[in-house]
Amino acid sequence: MRIHFKTSYDHDIRLFPDLWSFGVYAALLVIAVILPWLMDDFFLGEVTNVLIWAIAGLGLMLLTGQTGQASLGHAAFLALGCYSCIIFMEQGWPFLIAFPVAGILTGVVGTIIAIPAIRLHGIYLAIATIALSILADDIIVLLDPITDGVSGKFAPMITIFGIEIERWTTPDRFYWLVLAITVLCTLAYRNLLRSPLGRAFAAVRDSEVSASAMGVHIARTKAAAFGLSCAITGLAGALMGFYAGAFNNETFSIVISITLLMMIVIGGLGSIHGAFFGAVVVAFLPQFLSMAKDLVGGSSVAIPGLETGVFGMILILFILFEPMGIYGRWMKIRIWFELFPFARKDMFKRQKSYLKTERLR
Amino acid sequence: MEVVQLLVSGLANGCVYGLIALGFVLIYKATEQVNFAQGDFMMLGAFVCLGLTNAHYMGLPFWLAAPLAVVIMAVLGYLLDFFVLRHLFGQSQTAVVILTIALGFVIRFVAGVIWGHEPQTLESPLAVGDFNLGGVVLGMADLAVIVVTVLLTLCLYQFFQRTRLGLAMQAASQNQMAAYFMGIPVKRVQGMIWGLSGAVAAVAGILFASKGAIEISSGLLGIKAFAAAVIGGFGSLPGALMGGLIVGVIEPFASYYFPAGYSQIAPYALLLLVLVFRPHGLFSQVRIKKV
Repeated sequence: MRIHFKTSYDHDIRLFPDLWSFGVYAALLVIAVILPWLMDDFFLGEVTNVLIWAIAGLGLMLLTGQTGQASLGHAAFLALGCYSCIIFMEQGWPFLIAFPVAGILTGVVGTIIAIPAIRLHGIYLAIATIALSILADDIIVLLDPITDGVSGKFAPMITIFGIEIERWTTPDRFYWLVLAITVLCTLAYRNLLRSPLGRAFAAVRDSEVSASAMGVHIARTKAAAFGLSCAITGLAGALMGFYAGAFNNETFSIVISITLLMMIVIGGLGSIHGAFFGAVVVAFLPQFLSMAKDLVGGSSVAIPGLETGVFGMILILFILFEPMGIYGRWMKIRIWFELFPFARKDMFKRQKSYLKTERLR
Repeated sequence: MEVVQLLVSGLANGCVYGLIALGFVLIYKATEQVNFAQGDFMMLGAFVCLGLTNAHYMGLPFWLAAPLAVVIMAVLGYLLDFFVLRHLFGQSQTAVVILTIALGFVIRFVAGVIWGHEPQTLESPLAVGDFNLGGVVLGMADLAVIVVTVLLTLCLYQFFQRTRLGLAMQAASQNQMAAYFMGIPVKRVQGMIWGLSGAVAAVAGILFASKGAIEISSGLLGIKAFAAAVIGGFGSLPGALMGGLIVGVIEPFASYYFPAGYSQIAPYALLLLVLVFRPHGLFSQVRIKKV
């Protein structure tokens, strides 16, 4: 068991609580960097997919896990990031400019959309964002001259300082690119949580009333959360476009939005680890299911809806038995071992609240 | 004449949306939860009735099968609450939202395994023919939908306003703790409302299936019903019906007067407009929360 003896306020907000955890993450990073030499191209592609989903998950986690605003419309922002990045590149912009600009554009659009949306909360926000996700599909079709509508677009080659990166011909370079962006996004997220803005997010999540009593500007904080969340999601969307190679209006459907939300719930709301755990589940579930089907000896006929059905089942079990997600379970196991004979069953008991309507008062 | 025809066909569609929306509103009114799987409930109800009625499944007469389907769905709704939702008691609304979305996926998968993914038609005695009232064609099924919807809305409205159980349901949603103190069995009331909403979903499903073919993905109509419930204002039964009618009527008019591609957008665009300008619907019950 490690004991943190804090001697200054900085200890509370350090990136890593101690040398050991710094060592663990450094080792993880080293393994991630040398991964292309350890794996074949197929699994490398799958790991790349996990990382891209994790970035998207970080984006939504900032909004849902950190600020407490459930969004079912983030596929719309994935689409916006993807289309804008690739359209900029078709105009001849280099990737290193087009990619961040696409993220910023998505963030700005997200903030503008957030301004009416922040008046809504809970269920109304979820419904408004569902509508947004459905509208995005139709809008892409209507903007045919720019987006090529139903026929879709193809992702161009990425060139950074003369190095050509493409998902199929150079999967290792594409993997490193995605890894670098993942690390940057994770660091940005972690640093954001240490800043006053990140604390304001958590305050808004836990209680809007007490947050405003503490001097947090609720509307501005929510808009900032929306903007930052959309920016990260937009970056993930651009990477998804490059990963898929080709995409059209149906690539970023409402199912993607829902999957994204379910992913962070399974992973564990409100934690960076949760986004990564959830991404692993989402990305490997189809492979796992097809392997399981081979093992059982079932026919190779695809069962429609199997993936989403199993995914829904997993999610229901998680919400019923482990609302804190995979990360929550991991924390419980770890603390049980750290405290070994002293861990008690009630340590993680959540306080139940009784519901009071907000309709009538 | 065209306008009247569009209006009539819109009204019949709108009633189906309104019926699904009624299911949402029932649950919301009594538990403050939102059942995102209501559309899939509707689909399931339709398929249960289809499974009982159609010749190559069970082959029961329709007038026996339809009430049976309603009862089965009511029991299913109650059991769902008993085994799943009751365990979420005291958790946030968002947890319920995510849970019911997942539930929708599971229902769609199970129904797909049982009944297949091909569109099927219910052998319904309601789908017999059309009336022709001075140039306006009105299907028998459409008429049945409109009549049943209006009756059902009136009954439920009276149920919530007049009966002890209805009042208990309202009390349970407004303040759970106080309702407990008043001797209301809050959890059982919650189970009953899920059963009731399952029954309403079955009625909606049977009527929808009488109007045309039904398939597994018909459950996605639930999203339009959402738009209806929000436009009407969550928590108001007549509002839900009204919202359903508005959405239903807007659709045919939009596809008639606007170029292709814009018509699907119309209900959602209206939904966003309502949310921006009247965030709690046209028939709002919300007051600002004071501290």
